[in-house]
Amino acid sequence: MSAAAKPVANTRSATGIPTARLITWWVIASEIVIFGGLLASYVMHRLGHPEWADAASHTNTWAGAFNTLVLLTSSLCAVMAHKAADAHEGPKAAKLLRLTALGGLLFLTIKGFEWTKDIHEGFVISSGGFWPFYYLMAGLHGLHVLAGMVIMLVVASDAAKNRELQRVECIGLYWHFVDIVWIFLFPLLYIAR
Amino acid sequence: MSAQVEHAEPGFIHKYLWSTDHKMIAMQYLFTGMAMALLGGFFIYVVRMQQGFPNQYVPGYGLVTAGKYNALVTMHGTIMIFWVAMPVLIAAFGNFLIPLMIGCDDMAFPRINRLSYQIFLLSALVLLSSFLVKGGPFGGAWTAYPPLSSSGAYNLTPIGATLWLLAVALEFVAFLLGGINFTVTVMNSRAPGMKMYDIPILIWMIILANVIFMASAGPLIAGAVMLLFDQTMSTGFFDPTRGGDPLLWQHLFWFFGHPEVYVVLLPAMGIVAEIIAVFARKKIFGYKTVLYTTWAVGFLSFVVWAHHQFVAGIDPRMANIFSITTLMISIPVTEMVFLYIATLYGGSITLDTPMLWALGFIAEFLIGGVTGIFLGSSGTDIYLHDTYFLVAHFHYTFVPIAIISVFAGITFWYPKMFGRMLNETLGKIHFWGTVIPFNVIFIPLFITGLAGDQRRIYSYAQFAEQSRPALQHLRTTSTIALLVMLAFQLIFLFNFFWSLRNGKTAGANPWRSGTLEWTVPSPPPHGNFAELPTVYRGPYEYGLPGAAQDFAPQNLPDSALAGVMKS
Repeated sequence: MSAAAKPVANTRSATGIPTARLITWWVIASEIVIFGGLLASYVMHRLGHPEWADAASHTNTWAGAFNTLVLLTSSLCAVMAHKAADAHEGPKAAKLLRLTALGGLLFLTIKGFEWTKDIHEGFVISSGGFWPFYYLMAGLHGLHVLAGMVIMLVVASDAAKNRELQRVECIGLYWHFVDIVWIFLFPLLYIAR
Repeated sequence: MSAQVEHAEPGFIHKYLWSTDHKMIAMQYLFTGMAMALLGGFFIYVVRMQQGFPNQYVPGYGLVTAGKYNALVTMHGTIMIFWVAMPVLIAAFGNFLIPLMIGCDDMAFPRINRLSYQIFLLSALVLLSSFLVKGGPFGGAWTAYPPLSSSGAYNLTPIGATLWLLAVALEFVAFLLGGINFTVTVMNSRAPGMKMYDIPILIWMIILANVIFMASAGPLIAGAVMLLFDQTMSTGFFDPTRGGDPLLWQHLFWFFGHPEVYVVLLPAMGIVAEIIAVFARKKIFGYKTVLYTTWAVGFLSFVVWAHHQFVAGIDPRMANIFSITTLMISIPVTEMVFLYIATLYGGSITLDTPMLWALGFIAEFLIGGVTGIFLGSSGTDIYLHDTYFLVAHFHYTFVPIAIISVFAGITFWYPKMFGRMLNETLGKIHFWGTVIPFNVIFIPLFITGLAGDQRRIYSYAQFAEQSRPALQHLRTTSTIALLVMLAFQLIFLFNFFWSLRNGKTAGANPWRSGTLEWTVPSPPPHGNFAELPTVYRGPYEYGLPGAAQDFAPQNLPDSALAGVMKS
């Protein structure tokens, strides 16, 4: 993991965009297509099945709304971490990143309570209709939250020692993306009747 | 700045399996792809033997049962596309050539590159492991339509089907990682002075192919997860009795599947472009126009997918639209081929083995393109769909892409990869011994397909009304031609491995080519360039009049060039 081993290729910037930021954007682009395919499939099915609204009304809109607030707040922390990293204040950036990850943890915890309730009421992934889409879309998003948290803690441990500070911005970009996916999922799964 | 660093000789695992060097990773992809090609070739040998000599003992395999036949056809298709064409055309050539051709020491992210190959290797192992499970490997065709693929009760290979899906998903992850790394490297890590239009066409094509792959594979990744859940958790995404829709899979699959054709076509077109410029000693005719047509192909490739579904019950008005877009995409592809032919016009052509393969690609791919017109038009497709006509058309596009252009690339860059020349005589024998039997395999299948032979029929014993005994000699001819073609591949393998030790020493630039990879020793050392180059011109400055050296390498400034010219 030594920084000295980086090839020249990694340090060049013919576009003027730092390489780390560039690859992050490409990763996000590829993720957009994955979620795009899933969302499009769901929307087409939903339009063809008005009766799915009944199933969707079982979801807890207030829990979803609170989770939206949690994610948006954690994104604010990610922005502040980026600002701190730009000012070369590694330890401060690390603290803010850990706070962001805590937001992710709170989000997943609430999600866990929701799913427990849904499953107890008999709405499982094999219930057909709306439910497989609900679990797949929210589950895939949840996995992205989890992955983001893990990467964020790794980046934070480096940033605390003022190392690889450019990564703070990249994980922040990714976190905003995960946030935006939720902004799409929340109305589609919770609000739409 | 010296990029070469002295290293202690690393151990076997470190050198061959854990390397982050782009050239070693290229070799890993190349040899894995070649091994998988042998496997895919063996499977189709068994399948064709069953067609040519029905229900007889197949030497080296035994009797073919219906279930085994389905599994072999499925594995042949899957392996040849995902584990041969993709790794060799994109990953092997891309890994080897991108840093060398754009003048830098490695990929921008070498460890992501290594991870990409490791996931790819894992995906191949997962696929192969399906041969060991109960029920055997998946037999529901490489397109994996539900409900056949989603229900173990239908496909009778419940474990094999899931392993197949996992393997394909892992393979996609490997190529997303690799492709994003390629794209970032070419965008950011080019040598100083290499502007957008100084990038060799092959590199452009590999990058555009990766972008197309990235933009089309996402929905299928989502679809693969849905299918996996349908198989293992009975979710019913594709089950109409529970609110799902089997057509959804076809849309997700072909939204990826058709662009995929262009994902592998573009690198093949790029390899051919590099080779014809060198062996015709001419600038590529219309470099920018080649790129414009490529962008047009890339865009149009996203709006043609439903031509695979003309018989799936889609709205005829929709079929009309997709017929039109499908016919439209042949315009830029044709233009690209015309540009290549214009490059040949008036060139001083030498017919070395790589050039033979490149010209063979153009000729054979043309036949594939022209027969595609019949299948892209919804009216004729309804008759020809799922016949051997389609099989022959498909192979007239994919064999030039995955076999002919790959041989062109290997024979052309072999000296750079291994420092020695391949044997020319053996190379030419191999070329004719591959291309002639290839036509003899598939021209008969056009005829049987037009007569109505359905693909995926294992034995006419169960379908007597379809058997058309008068056509059996054509089926047998095709099989015998395949045996001949496979036999000639032994010459290639011999040439490949014999020349590693016994070939003529190649030197840095045996083909007198102007691109950057030929300015370094063969094989290139760790770190590639002793001194990282600066680029002063485009990649195809050939046929300079009145000069001793008729080409101008990209890395020589005009002042230094004048010195070379006078000598």
